[in-house]
Amino acid sequence: MEKMILLIISTVLVNNFVLAQFLGICPFLGVSRKIETSIGMGMAVIFVMGLATAITWLVQVLILNRFNIQYMQTIAFILVIAALVQFVEMVIQKTSPLLYQALGIYLPLITTNCAVLGVAVLTIQNEFTFMESLVYSVGAAVGFTLALVLFAGIREKLALADLPESLEGTAISLVTAGLLSLAFLGFAGLVK
Amino acid sequence: MTIIRDLTNGIWKENPIFRLVLGICSVLAVTSQAKNGIGMGLAATFVLVCSNMVIAAMRNIIPAKVRIACFIVIIATFVTVVDLIMEAYFFELHKALGIFIPLIVVNCIILGRAEAFASKRPILNSMMDGIGMGIGYTLALLVLGSIRELLGNGSVFGVVLLGPRYVPFLLAILPPGAFIALGLLLGLMNKINTKLAL
Repeated sequence: MEKMILLIISTVLVNNFVLAQFLGICPFLGVSRKIETSIGMGMAVIFVMGLATAITWLVQVLILNRFNIQYMQTIAFILVIAALVQFVEMVIQKTSPLLYQALGIYLPLITTNCAVLGVAVLTIQNEFTFMESLVYSVGAAVGFTLALVLFAGIREKLALADLPESLEGTAISLVTAGLLSLAFLGFAGLVK
Repeated sequence: MTIIRDLTNGIWKENPIFRLVLGICSVLAVTSQAKNGIGMGLAATFVLVCSNMVIAAMRNIIPAKVRIACFIVIIATFVTVVDLIMEAYFFELHKALGIFIPLIVVNCIILGRAEAFASKRPILNSMMDGIGMGIGYTLALLVLGSIRELLGNGSVFGVVLLGPRYVPFLLAILPPGAFIALGLLLGLMNKINTKLAL
């Protein structure tokens, strides 16, 4: 149990996926203009990332390891993730129109979120058990959401600021993300 | 002459990093050293050129509805090839780049070029586009990697340039340095571009 809690703290705060490991920067910059949309995106990522990691872990153990074809990992994982995202989108659309309205537009974007594939590959590299993988992936997604919502809050203020022309847009966003990352650097050493 | 234009397009006018700001995860992650930056750039260039050519060759066979899935499989195949080659011959570099080699699959530049360019043009043009985009990407990695290594370590490609009295600015090779350096570089590029346009 203690190990699980440490794992959560380390993935959410210390090794934050966006700010310390540079995974999922595209949606981080793309969907962070408003706090509301960033929360929606975050929820979709938590859901898909947990599910995707569970399935890719099973694919790795039950198919790739058993038939000794680990070199197919990249191809197998990306296909699983792409298919899963499509499938989840269809299921949500059929069963819960309300949820679809909230998350729908973010789902296609998740396929291009390198954090999803990144978590799947990292859990295999770290030789996690199934439960650890699940905790790790949800922790990573929560960390992503935390960074995204904080960043959106800053950007809402930034939109009103008076900036030098050449720094407007992505340039100042990146510098801001750097400062946020600097703040998260303060968590280093919290977990060994 | 369109071939030449396709080649040079990616280097400055539509530079994937500085102009389009695509696929920057790997850019931020591997540029703490110039050497890693070049390695990553070349690996992605190889994938970009090969997948562009294959997709251009198969553009009339691939059904439009499942094209994205087909593109991803083709790209993933070449990423696996690069991954295995690097593990065999450049083990140190492979270890330094780590997870970002398999992640070339989800690099927006490669899928973006497949969708926007290679799926509509002949093989030769697509190859040139791949080479141009690859050079543009590698150059961006080289510039960012050199700046960060110079500030954070006083060296470029491991060659000490700033002498023993230089106190390394450690932040530059830490994660925040990556964001801030790329942000400021983008600002500089915007400035140059508005100056050129005048």
